[in-house]
Amino acid sequence: MIPSRFDYHRPDSVDGAVALLTKYGDEARAIAGGHSLIPMMKLRMAEVQHLVDLQGIDSMKGVSVAGGTVTIGAMMTQHELIANEALAKAAPIIREASLQIADPQVRYVGTIGGNLANGDPGNDMPGLMQCLDATYVLAGPDGTREVAARDFYEAAYFTARSDDEILVSVRFTAPKGGYAYEKQKRKIGDYATAAAAVLIEKDGATCAATSIAMTNLSDTPVWCEAAGAALVGSKLDKSAIDAAVAAMLPTIDPQEDNRGPVEFKKHVAGVMLRRAIERAASRA
Amino acid sequence: MNEMTPPKAERAEALKGLGTARKRVEDARFTQGKGNYVDDLKLPGMLFGDFVRSPYAHARVKSINADKAKAIPGVIAVLTADDLRPLNLHWMPTLAGDVQMVLADGKVLFQGQEVAFVVAEDRYIAADAVELVEVEYEELPVVVDPFKAQADDAPVLREDLAGKTEGAHGPRRHHNHIFTWEQGDKDATDAVLGSADVVAEEMVYYHRTHPCPLETCGCVASMDKVNGKLTVHGTFQAPHAVRTVASLISGIAEHNIRIISPDIGGGFGNKVGVYPGYICAIVASIVTGVPVKWVEDRMDNLMATAFARDYWMKGKIAATKDGKITGLWCHVTADHGAFDACADPTKFPAGFFNICTGSYDIPTAYLAVDGIYTNKAPGGVAYRCSFRVTEAAYFIERMIEVLAIELGMDAAELRAKNFIKKEQFPYQSALGWEYDSGDYHTAWDKALSAVGYTELRKEQAERVEAFKRGETRKLLGIGLCHFTEIVGAGPVKNCDILGLGMFDSCEIRIHPTGSAIARLGTISQGQGHATTFAQILASEIGISADDITIEEGDTDTAPYGLGTYGSRSTPVAGAATAMAGRKIRAKAQMIAAYLLEVHDNDVEWDIDRFMVKGAPERFKTMKEIAFASYNQAIPGLEPGLEAVSYYDPPNMTYPFGAYICVMEIDVDTGEHEIRQFYALDDCGTRINPMIIEGQVHGGATEGYAIAMGQELAYDDMGNVKTGTLMDFFIPTSWETPHYTTDHTVTPSPHHPIGAKGVGESPNVGSVPAFSNAVHDAFRPFGLKQAHMPHDHWRIWKIARDLGLHG
Ligand SMILES: Cc1cc2nc3c(=O)[nH]c(=O)nc-3n(C[C@H](O)[C@H](O)[C@H](O)COP(=O)(O)OP(=O)(O)OC[C@H]3O[C@@H](n4cnc5c(N)ncnc54)[C@H](O)[C@@H]3O)c2cc1C
Repeated sequence: MIPSRFDYHRPDSVDGAVALLTKYGDEARAIAGGHSLIPMMKLRMAEVQHLVDLQGIDSMKGVSVAGGTVTIGAMMTQHELIANEALAKAAPIIREASLQIADPQVRYVGTIGGNLANGDPGNDMPGLMQCLDATYVLAGPDGTREVAARDFYEAAYFTARSDDEILVSVRFTAPKGGYAYEKQKRKIGDYATAAAAVLIEKDGATCAATSIAMTNLSDTPVWCEAAGAALVGSKLDKSAIDAAVAAMLPTIDPQEDNRGPVEFKKHVAGVMLRRAIERAASRA
Repeated sequence: MNEMTPPKAERAEALKGLGTARKRVEDARFTQGKGNYVDDLKLPGMLFGDFVRSPYAHARVKSINADKAKAIPGVIAVLTADDLRPLNLHWMPTLAGDVQMVLADGKVLFQGQEVAFVVAEDRYIAADAVELVEVEYEELPVVVDPFKAQADDAPVLREDLAGKTEGAHGPRRHHNHIFTWEQGDKDATDAVLGSADVVAEEMVYYHRTHPCPLETCGCVASMDKVNGKLTVHGTFQAPHAVRTVASLISGIAEHNIRIISPDIGGGFGNKVGVYPGYICAIVASIVTGVPVKWVEDRMDNLMATAFARDYWMKGKIAATKDGKITGLWCHVTADHGAFDACADPTKFPAGFFNICTGSYDIPTAYLAVDGIYTNKAPGGVAYRCSFRVTEAAYFIERMIEVLAIELGMDAAELRAKNFIKKEQFPYQSALGWEYDSGDYHTAWDKALSAVGYTELRKEQAERVEAFKRGETRKLLGIGLCHFTEIVGAGPVKNCDILGLGMFDSCEIRIHPTGSAIARLGTISQGQGHATTFAQILASEIGISADDITIEEGDTDTAPYGLGTYGSRSTPVAGAATAMAGRKIRAKAQMIAAYLLEVHDNDVEWDIDRFMVKGAPERFKTMKEIAFASYNQAIPGLEPGLEAVSYYDPPNMTYPFGAYICVMEIDVDTGEHEIRQFYALDDCGTRINPMIIEGQVHGGATEGYAIAMGQELAYDDMGNVKTGTLMDFFIPTSWETPHYTTDHTVTPSPHHPIGAKGVGESPNVGSVPAFSNAVHDAFRPFGLKQAHMPHDHWRIWKIARDLGLHG
């Protein structure tokens, strides 16, 4: 559990960080909270010669809510997201989901940027950002570009971000209506057995719009367009929810691990989605 | 002087003796981070050792090339079996009469096995070098299933035992067979089973898990080439035994070896055995002439040092129609891994598993245990229990439930009907033990009424109906357990480890000003010995516990003892403490009589002093007596006030308890919630109620983990699947249930203060209670047996298999 040798850099600007990543290429990695990266280094599954610490970059901090648009700096810790009242008002699903990530110690250091950039299917925030239809702002040697969360994840640990780019912030439109984040895990500090993020807008008693995303049930987060569509126009009754669950199941591809066999995970995915829809509907 | 004497009650309270909820004296340093653990030790010039471990569970080692590793600056040496061979240390004896490879000798037999030992200037360099040692393996077929291991064509694991048909515990009947251990009367049991009204039969598996102490195993070996003395600081639960073993295998004279156990961050059996790391660190220190440290990381600990349990227990239990148990039959297939390194008393290769008749008066019984080799790590230690007692308690408490199902009877009633009655003690069990004392019915009734058992059963029945009507997806389980432990090994006549009788010891010195130091042969790993042993002594010698230092763990100063495990410290060393205290008091009596100018028989003990019979105003306090022992020439008495006692217990002690768990189970997710956990313990005389409560909380939490998710799982290739705390379940405060503790007091008749030991009861008693709650929830739907751990997916699977998902 001891990493191999590495050099440590602490730039104070995004440009400085990008320059280091460009200079050292393959040998360099950004480090944010380190709570995903450092365990990998200790297990020697990640060999990093140059660690580029993003902690010194003030411009990557902060949350702004302006004109219905929410922007979150990538270096905001999960704890800071939970504590931010403006954010809790604009997008309460973030607090609800963040409180289900790991434990307080991890949340004091783990960042939203690290959680999103990591590409680990176990991370909760990528699914959440797909649900919110967020946009990621990436800075690279050729300036900045934007990528939709729903286009960002390619496979486990493979994303649309290239090695010399840094995720500087995420942006999304503040959601309206009801929300819920449902997650089953074995214990505090565990990743999801299955998790569901749900947003629901109602027009009277009728479901007007939805967004649904599932976590840790495939090698990427899964945004379930069809499942959401199954609810729209319905009264969010049992048959509509059944239809949404039925539409979700073919889109996931869970693998057997210590959390259980495939059949169990599919079952739990259904239960999580059902509960999330019910709770979101009750809040809409 | 008369008016100055405080009342008796006040003086007794000031002693902080038996029965006082005295705060733990250890906690001042532990809560401030001022403990002194092995890894805190830094000696001048100290080197660091680390292992190259096998990635395979079974493979031939074709070659080891350490050239690249040795080329790294700061790497001092890379040891392999070939380097240890000339010293005859490439293999070592185990505590169970087997031998174990120190470093891979031609082949490896489990994943994580030690292959080479890198010695470097610091642990970082060592870790880099480990990566660069090139080992060429040729994979061999792996067997992780102890039943498959017994097939005729199963791979031969232990080639070193080829042709050996006799093992340390009798004949071996197969190349992967270690021993068969039989107890009780086979023919009589067969006869009972053959003619019984009812026979319930079940296979009960107690899965492999690991004690996983917070602090892993480690040591610092330091050979002083000038004076020829070897000092080893290490995480040892039995420092004296380690010294003797080290002397026997190294040839270094025993007086030249000093073993020191500093603060230990939990042991739970994991730190009883002797590990390759200790041997390699010692050899490396002898070779280099400087201290060498070896400390495991968490993955090493889970993968390579001693596991616990892994017992497949097939049972048959016979009873009359109305529920009187008439016989018990049990066959255990015990998976010992690649080497038999169980830490049991020599004559007990399956520990005290023959306590498996439990709390019940079962007239006829038979037990056979087959020990089997597989491609898994060695161990089989008593994880917070006396030797194999948790397995035994789980077995009988499951069999009782299975019998209750067969009889259609309430499981609480079935237990009460079969308890050994108060007046039957001392009770001779069918499998050979003499239970010292007990009052099971009283404890059981108290437990049932405390939880409102009858009401709970009603609620459960209503819940089942509501479930069937589709109004709820949650079931209610009521988990019962009445356990009897057997602890305090043990009488020298039948208990030894490597020929060392399992007595224990205490040596007391009273200082001139009336304070004291007591040294014991045991070693605390969190049990609070420094607190409780001082309390035992305070009550015996009338000196406040606050004025008594308890010291353990240094073989150069402590009297010889067999260490701390199997709840033996209080039953054995605690008894030695009381007995040594009584010797002090006997001498103090003579001194007091001399000072008071009366005959020895004319003074009597009064809490903290001797007084003249009939003249309470004439007395000498222990403080005065202590000083006199150093400054008066008393005819016929040597100066000073010291005593030592080596205590050989006449019998084991038999703590017992009644535990009840009420659990809610979500049939859709497999999640559970512990609504109530009630733990009644009877550990005889209670030394410190607060420490008892703490021990119960800790042990029950371990039991909760084991029952509900903790396991050391292997895949078919012998890969450890749960090698980190991400997957190996250790509950956080969030998951940990709330406990209600309670007690009855049935003193041990043969122990000097009537104490029985409690540290392990909660692990022994809680596992069946948690597991039975899961089973009980599904009993109305036809569940008979489902193996632990009851994690989410396994509970979900029970529900699915019973058709509860529609
Ligand atoms: C015990 C434990 C339990 C956990 N449980 C959960 C859980 O339940 N749910 C969950 O979602 N997470 C969980 N986590 C992960 C935790 O939330 C991490 O902190 C998070 O996933 C990564 O954030 P970080 O800031 O620590 O990233 P780091 O570990 O520093 O980085 C992770 C990866 O992202 C890259 N990276 C980081 N920031 C940027 C950036 N701005 N731009 C480009 N690349 C970047 C790094 O190079 C690295 O490859 C757990 C972690 C631990 C230790």
